[in-house]
Amino acid sequence: MFKILVKQELAPNIHLVKIAASGIAKKAQPGQFVIIILDEKGEKIPLTIADWDRKEGSITIVFMEVGTTTHRFATLNAGDSIESVVGPLGIPAHIDKIGTLACVGGCYGIAAIMPIARAMKEAGNKVITIIEARSKYLLYWEDELRKVSDQFLVTTGDGSHAPQGWISDRINQIVDEGDKIDLVFAIGCTYMMKTCSEATKPLGIKTIVHLNSIMVDGTGMCGCCRVSVGGTTKFACVDGPEFDGHQVDWDILLTRQKGYQDEEIRSLHEWESKNWRRIN
Amino acid sequence: MAEPGKKPKKEKIPKQPMPEQEPAVRARNFDEVPFGLSQEAAMKEAERCLQCKKPLCITDCPVEVDIPGFVKLIAEGKFAESIRKIWETNALPAVCGRVCPQEIQCEGKCIVGKKDDPVAVGNLERFVADYERMYGKGELPPKAESTGKKVAVVGSGPAGLTVAGDLILKGHEVTIFEAFHKPGGVLVYGIPEFRLPKEIVFSEVNFLERLGVKLVRNAVVGRIVTVDELFEEGFDAVFVGVGAGLPTFLRIPGENLISVFSANEYLTRTNLMKAYLFPEYDTPIVRGKKVITLGAGNVAMDSARTAIRLGAEKSLIVYRRSRTEVPARGAEVHHAEEEGVEFYFLTAPMKFIGDENGRLIGMEGLKMELGEPDDSGRRRPVPIEGSEFELECDLAIIAVGAGANPLLAKTTEGLNLNKWGYIVAEPETGKTSKQGVWAGGDIVTGSATVILAMGAGREAANSIHKYLTLGW
Repeated sequence: MFKILVKQELAPNIHLVKIAASGIAKKAQPGQFVIIILDEKGEKIPLTIADWDRKEGSITIVFMEVGTTTHRFATLNAGDSIESVVGPLGIPAHIDKIGTLACVGGCYGIAAIMPIARAMKEAGNKVITIIEARSKYLLYWEDELRKVSDQFLVTTGDGSHAPQGWISDRINQIVDEGDKIDLVFAIGCTYMMKTCSEATKPLGIKTIVHLNSIMVDGTGMCGCCRVSVGGTTKFACVDGPEFDGHQVDWDILLTRQKGYQDEEIRSLHEWESKNWRRIN
Repeated sequence: MAEPGKKPKKEKIPKQPMPEQEPAVRARNFDEVPFGLSQEAAMKEAERCLQCKKPLCITDCPVEVDIPGFVKLIAEGKFAESIRKIWETNALPAVCGRVCPQEIQCEGKCIVGKKDDPVAVGNLERFVADYERMYGKGELPPKAESTGKKVAVVGSGPAGLTVAGDLILKGHEVTIFEAFHKPGGVLVYGIPEFRLPKEIVFSEVNFLERLGVKLVRNAVVGRIVTVDELFEEGFDAVFVGVGAGLPTFLRIPGENLISVFSANEYLTRTNLMKAYLFPEYDTPIVRGKKVITLGAGNVAMDSARTAIRLGAEKSLIVYRRSRTEVPARGAEVHHAEEEGVEFYFLTAPMKFIGDENGRLIGMEGLKMELGEPDDSGRRRPVPIEGSEFELECDLAIIAVGAGANPLLAKTTEGLNLNKWGYIVAEPETGKTSKQGVWAGGDIVTGSATVILAMGAGREAANSIHKYLTLGW
């Protein structure tokens, strides 16, 4: 069992959980993820490692309430334990001195981009961090990100935190203003990573995306997470999770992510109707 | 009843039938198909054994269980002694009694089988293991004095469990590292509940834990710890039994459609994650009405039979060779057919067809005919030109074998692999190219059987023991 040390709601329906997992903390690298199971009846879901403390032996993950597992996870508190945390999985982000880097994140990716921005800055890059949210109240970790960035930009869909717009708009703006970006690193919802990749392609900026396809074991054993990249089938769990955003077949990815839409709705509905009193 | 050393003329006793669930009933549940022999039937069946002086059944058992020995003890009603006899060479009798291909091993060589049905060695092994689990006093077999040596076993499948069981009895300290949250490897994620109840696997693992084997779950060796770090942590030897663990896809159009599964995913969701109990359990599974399984090995049978239990109206096995070449055990094919699984032989999959939402609605197949024998000695299927046709389906399961998962090998320096990525290990000892490291099971041989992995585990355990007491 893995004990929850800290639990915090960062924004509505976005939660931070710090878990005691010394083995994983010892090995975690930017861009890696864990697969968790809440309890005997739980499913396996992948979550990006947002931070770690090797001394304390803990890892931090940030997740958004979407389906049954994340809703159930959100009801747990410090002191509770979860059944399984497996990791660190996936190939770590390739950290190198590249030049100017845009590290961009949305939803859970606002947290997940942090270790990459931090490592890239430590490697001597100029790091421009851009985060997006539908609205101001969904933003979090601004201070944490500012600390690891040379330049920090926020953008919201409804303009409640100016300017109005999405990450792709901010990238275009930076380039229009004559600044050079050598590499974009994007983590967040698939749609954001897709639009981001579509925006950078005509600009000729290489864009690394952190794919979040549905997974089971996370060790390359089942092929559930397969994605088509540059015309070949890759497993996000072991060949990734990082891929060239200009090579990813986004339509296949978006389609496969809907594979269990009906079941997800049914499962969540059943859980809520049985447990609504326990939601806090 | 036979007296020791004597071979009285036996009355002819017919093979005792194995009672099992009716096909129509079991096709709708995940309970085990055979119920197991009664005490009376087991003793009767055991009496059928001729107690051969030179038993051929033992020579064909990969772990060389003293078959006449344990069978005789059953015939005498000495069940506790019988299971202890098996434990001398096999730590997983309840598993082997259920999933070993006895028809090509012990039972295939049984002298009684020359004129009559062979002695049902598998059913008897299962009986005595189940009897011990239900009524046994839990007494453990004797353990050798501690050697102070530490062995790490990577993977808790049949190979790893065998190594652990053997070495703990020889006095070594054994720690198993398992990537999943539950031990058992393929016995738990792959083989379905109706063929091997998970409770039985956990009970066998628990037996090893009671002997002193330590089990570390949720640990992917190669990620959380490397093989070299295991040595740094003080382990004296490492056994790698991680299984094949890489699904083979067909590389045909439409393979990434929703509802096209590898057998690994389909079975892992259903067995390990208990998706058949969704939504009580959180893991979902696609419940197809018209299901096609590609391939005809045991894993394909497991998949097609699982699909039936998950509500399929039609569960079809599509195989590019003919019935004669089917690699699955006869008993599995028989059970599948009884439950309504249909076979489509001499058909190769060409492409999967999806609707506008990316969901599978059909598969295009191509008729084949048998040509000259290929390298495997089986007649090679040759396409019949222009014979394309469509099969309707809303779920496809690809069960055409597995490859070598590179995760551990990639992070272990000095471990030689063959051209397919499998670990090169000496067949007699399981020794790899890296000092102190042994390997066995599917990661060495490619997809094979539980008992062959156990056999490899046995050889490796003997070799490790020699190394720990005498040196490399």
